[in-house]
Amino acid sequence: MTPRSSDRPFLSLTAIGKSFGGVRALDDVSLDVSAGEIHCLAGENGSGKSTLIKVIAGVHRPDRGSIAIAGQPVASLTPISAVRQGVQVIYQDLSLFPNLTVAENLAINSLVEHRRTLVRWRDVRRTAEHALERLRVSIDLDRLVGDLPIAEKQLVAIARALLQDARLIVLDEPTTALTGVEVDALFALVRDLQQRGVAILFVTHKMREMLQAADRFTVLRNGRVVESGPAAEFDEARLTHAMTGRAIGETRFDGRVDASAPPRLRIRDLTGPILRGVTFDVRPGEIVGLTGLLGAGQGELAARVAGLETSGTGEIAVDGAPLPACTVRAAARAGIGYVPEDRLREGLFLDRSIADNANASSLRALTTGLRLLSTRRMRSQADRWIHDLGVKAPSIDAPVRQLSGGNQQRVVLARVLATRPKVLVLNGPTVGVDVGAKEEIHATIRQLAAGGLAVLIVSDDLPELVQSCSRVLVFRHGRVTAELGAAALTGDALQEQLSAAH
Amino acid sequence: MTGSRLPVGAALVNRVLGGGILGRTPFARLVVFTVAVFVSMTLLVGSDRFLTTANFQSIAFQLPELALLSFAMMLSMLTGGIDLSVVSVANLSSIVAAMTMVHVLRGPAGAGGDAIAIAAGVGAGVCTGLACGLVNGCAVAFVRVPSILVTLGTLQLFTGLALVLTGGQAIIGLPDSFQWLGNGTLLAVPVPLWLCAAGAAVMAVVINRTAFGVEARLVGTNPIAAWFAALPVRSVLVRTYVTTALVSSVTGLLMVSRANSAKADYGSSYLLQSILVVVLAGVDPAGGSARVAGVGLAVFALELLSSGFGMMRLTSFATELAWGAFLLLVMVINSVLERRGK
Ligand SMILES: Nc1ncnc2c1ncn2[C@@H]1O[C@H](COP(=O)(O)OP(=O)(O)OP(=O)(O)O)[C@@H](O)[C@H]1O
Ligand SMILES: [Mg+2]
Repeated sequence: MTPRSSDRPFLSLTAIGKSFGGVRALDDVSLDVSAGEIHCLAGENGSGKSTLIKVIAGVHRPDRGSIAIAGQPVASLTPISAVRQGVQVIYQDLSLFPNLTVAENLAINSLVEHRRTLVRWRDVRRTAEHALERLRVSIDLDRLVGDLPIAEKQLVAIARALLQDARLIVLDEPTTALTGVEVDALFALVRDLQQRGVAILFVTHKMREMLQAADRFTVLRNGRVVESGPAAEFDEARLTHAMTGRAIGETRFDGRVDASAPPRLRIRDLTGPILRGVTFDVRPGEIVGLTGLLGAGQGELAARVAGLETSGTGEIAVDGAPLPACTVRAAARAGIGYVPEDRLREGLFLDRSIADNANASSLRALTTGLRLLSTRRMRSQADRWIHDLGVKAPSIDAPVRQLSGGNQQRVVLARVLATRPKVLVLNGPTVGVDVGAKEEIHATIRQLAAGGLAVLIVSDDLPELVQSCSRVLVFRHGRVTAELGAAALTGDALQEQLSAAH
Repeated sequence: MTGSRLPVGAALVNRVLGGGILGRTPFARLVVFTVAVFVSMTLLVGSDRFLTTANFQSIAFQLPELALLSFAMMLSMLTGGIDLSVVSVANLSSIVAAMTMVHVLRGPAGAGGDAIAIAAGVGAGVCTGLACGLVNGCAVAFVRVPSILVTLGTLQLFTGLALVLTGGQAIIGLPDSFQWLGNGTLLAVPVPLWLCAAGAAVMAVVINRTAFGVEARLVGTNPIAAWFAALPVRSVLVRTYVTTALVSSVTGLLMVSRANSAKADYGSSYLLQSILVVVLAGVDPAGGSARVAGVGLAVFALELLSSGFGMMRLTSFATELAWGAFLLLVMVINSVLERRGK
């Protein structure tokens, strides 16, 4: 990698400060991004990364500090002027138009930019096709974006930004839902852009991606820059330490599973649109990972267990009792808790308080006589889980919208755990969660498992699977093609199985 | 950040309302607006005429009907829907109630049967409301037609039924003692106002303190997440529309009693007015919010306006115009202040 950084940075931020009410999200932050540089912005959840990005995009106006683009000081940046100056942002919450098709979403920027009044649909399609081709993915152009799975939404958002002749592309956690192949394609593209002199600023919580791609690191902690420098000076330990202020050791699943115990979750011969006769058991205390390429069946399996996907045959039983019906409520009543993949759309009530969100699935258990809700019990339950999962928030009455991405993810987890499930199905449980917190969430899950919970984790994060699971099932074309457990469960072995599945 | 990016007029509004504690929440702003209406009506009409017991008595009799219908409207908006059939449910219920009363009075129970007639009529009216609510609720929850379409349809359906039942005529000859409900007083306070206060209290408790209320709020905020969270989405929707219809049918009974007759097209202007009130109260039509006190205050402000206009001998058209202007003014000011808050 030979960064062709010119001397003058394309983007230069000086002493930026930004507060929300009493919360100081950014404090004296300075940052330069040069043309042809891949700059990684790292930091824990809530450290201010997304806020900084929104300042760059002109969404938030900083309280203090100055911004210069291509050497020119910019007095006040708006989203439109930022785009005009060549800044393209892929936001953490994607901000696509769910009611428009893929093609329309992809073309919207150029439509707006050229101020066309009449739309030429043939052009729209051609632009859209071209954009997806560059990412080497195929998505039906006529589908509504709102109906796409989160991974494809992410790809659409990326493709849309790449379409513009951007001079700076900002990616806020662009890869959370993507599997290895797509991530590789994305980074290949990013390097290609870098060669052409485009500046890249990106945020990710996946250590491997950071170390692989970045030329330069800037680490934020509590809204301040704690370290900044060329990538050569950083390794995993140093990054982790800079972000969290402490060293984090790798731990592994160490619980013992009683092989003679009756299975908590029994899956027999599940067949559906993708699945082809999948059978396995999960015993109390076991954490089983499910992985595979996008659409290989692991997602559908999770959806079946959670009662989301209703078509198909086969049996799912909890503690020996088959689920009476294939609905979300039947699954919940049987003790199955589900943490969805797309937290913004499926997991959260963004404008409601943290307490309302945490209690949402267990309201009926919080009523007193006269069937009125007990305010005291609602608060204490919310307090407890928020505390146990380490959600950083000013108060449990704050709307979830104001939390940083990783803290939002923990609120979803809190809601599910508050129902005291017997079986926990986690679809990407630590998506967008920082290294330190990942460790804490894994520890919580292991602790819950030790208490007799059966856990299914759907994930593409191989280190996460290796660390947390007692065994991992690899899916391919709707079947389980490999099972790795105990000593056989290593990152390399998993990688090998996944490439074989390709 | 100041309002430097706002136009001059907005900046002025900002200056006047922005700094003080009164500008902070939508409810506080509504209080300011109501006081402003009160003061300006007193000045325009003259305090000797406006600030009289008689005027406030008449407002107290007028206000409950619109207030109750607005509570019903608010509840439907809480779940992210809308119930356009509130007034037609009120009328259909009141017609069924009135016909039942008249029928019982003419029947063997005879002259001594006022109490029986009223009980039967109220029972029949409320049951009609219940049935209407079930139709709305089931269509929204199970057939998954958007509530605006469902209730637009049932608005026509229920009004049509009422017309068929009555042939468009008013039903008269109700038991005399039934008039107490709409015209009587209890402890010097009009009975309708008691009813309205009770409605507000029940509504506040249901929305804030029951699992149903919180679930309705969550469904209104994000129906997809509600489904993923295993909330009883359908049952919440059915119960919402049943409750709105029950409130509407009670309002219908109030309307019959006050007019001492029932007709298929009474109170049709209430529909748009109740939407206006709810929006004025600061309820987000997209769902997830409800403000009982705000709705009460908004109705009061509008009634002050209309009684003041009535005393100035302006036509009811002028009142409508003033209401519309008031709504626009409030929304503009709210949106200016909200933008400033960003
Ligand atoms: N609109 C807002 N209102 C109030 N507080 C906010 C708002 N946006 C962000 N914050 C607060 O600012 C801080 C920084 O949030 P930010 O979203 O920038 O974190 P982040 O570094 O992107 O975290 P993550 O990795 O979890 O996405 C957090 O404490 C958050 O709660
Ligand atoms: Mg973020």
